[in-house]
Amino acid sequence: MSFVSERRPPEPQTQPGHIGLRTYVTGFVLAVILTAIPFALVMAKVASPDILLPAVFVIGALQMVVHFKYFLHLTDGENGHWNISALLLTGVIVTIVLSGSLWVMYELNRNMMPWMFNPGTQQSMQTMPM
Amino acid sequence: MLQKLPRAATAHDAMHEAVHGTELEHHDTGATVVLGFWVYLMSDCILFAAVFAAYASLSGAMAGNPGNPEMFNLPYVLAETACLLVSSFTYGLAMLAVGEDRQDRVMLWLGITFLLGASFIGLEVNEFVHLVAEGSGPDSSSFMSAFFTLVGTHGCHVTAGLIWMILLMAQTLQRGLTAQTKTRLMCLSLFWHFLDIIWIGVFTVVYLRGAMA
Repeated sequence: MSFVSERRPPEPQTQPGHIGLRTYVTGFVLAVILTAIPFALVMAKVASPDILLPAVFVIGALQMVVHFKYFLHLTDGENGHWNISALLLTGVIVTIVLSGSLWVMYELNRNMMPWMFNPGTQQSMQTMPM
Repeated sequence: MLQKLPRAATAHDAMHEAVHGTELEHHDTGATVVLGFWVYLMSDCILFAAVFAAYASLSGAMAGNPGNPEMFNLPYVLAETACLLVSSFTYGLAMLAVGEDRQDRVMLWLGITFLLGASFIGLEVNEFVHLVAEGSGPDSSSFMSAFFTLVGTHGCHVTAGLIWMILLMAQTLQRGLTAQTKTRLMCLSLFWHFLDIIWIGVFTVVYLRGAMA
């Protein structure tokens, strides 16, 4: 991610190094495109969920990067490297929390046999796909 | 955008220097406050990760009820998304006006941002009311509990942001664009853009994924 490049095109009325209107407009246009694509794909049901789901997740991740770059400007200012360090650490923790939880819950669910439950709870557990 | 703050503080300090002599503390304080707020946002991000994990784990636990496909009404969610995305952009324009010391424009863009945020909350509350009326409230299944927790936690954050925005607008009107109000506007800007990023996760994981099934 080259955050530095956004500083280069200065607006006529702004000083060099200033975040200008152009930064926000670029970010907004990209965000609109990256929102419209997944909604259009899912609404038109262009493919099976097996293909569509990863595609939509990748586009969502891309849009998050666009927001970080064009709206949050994390690398600017004297604390830029601290912002990025905090973000990276959070990324690691979020990955552990998400993947760990899903893995554990999937394994727990898979290793549960229907006879381990009384008939009342059995149905609700069986409908859990994970 | 973070670089704007030190510059704003510097302008302020220069003004103070002329009046009172050197006063560099404001400069450091403002930047540190914003960094501290960013660290808070990162902890909030971990909170959302936990709620997302709960939602994903429980997304099939319907308690024997059939899924309600109308729950994931994509045109409706697109309207919610548009409100939040445009409000993120208009808050950016407000921050540009802060950099130019144009208080009238700051108030205008903040006002528009507030209305868009309030529209988002209005749409979301309407959605929740309909779900509860149809008997799909948070008490109907684990899945619905997780749904209301995830979407509701985001909604609570946006509501808190709206209250904060009203207070800051009142303060800016009263005190003008001082170093302190600028720091606070900067923190709210981080909060607001952060919530829009979380919403990308919500509409992807909850609504787009839900509408596929």
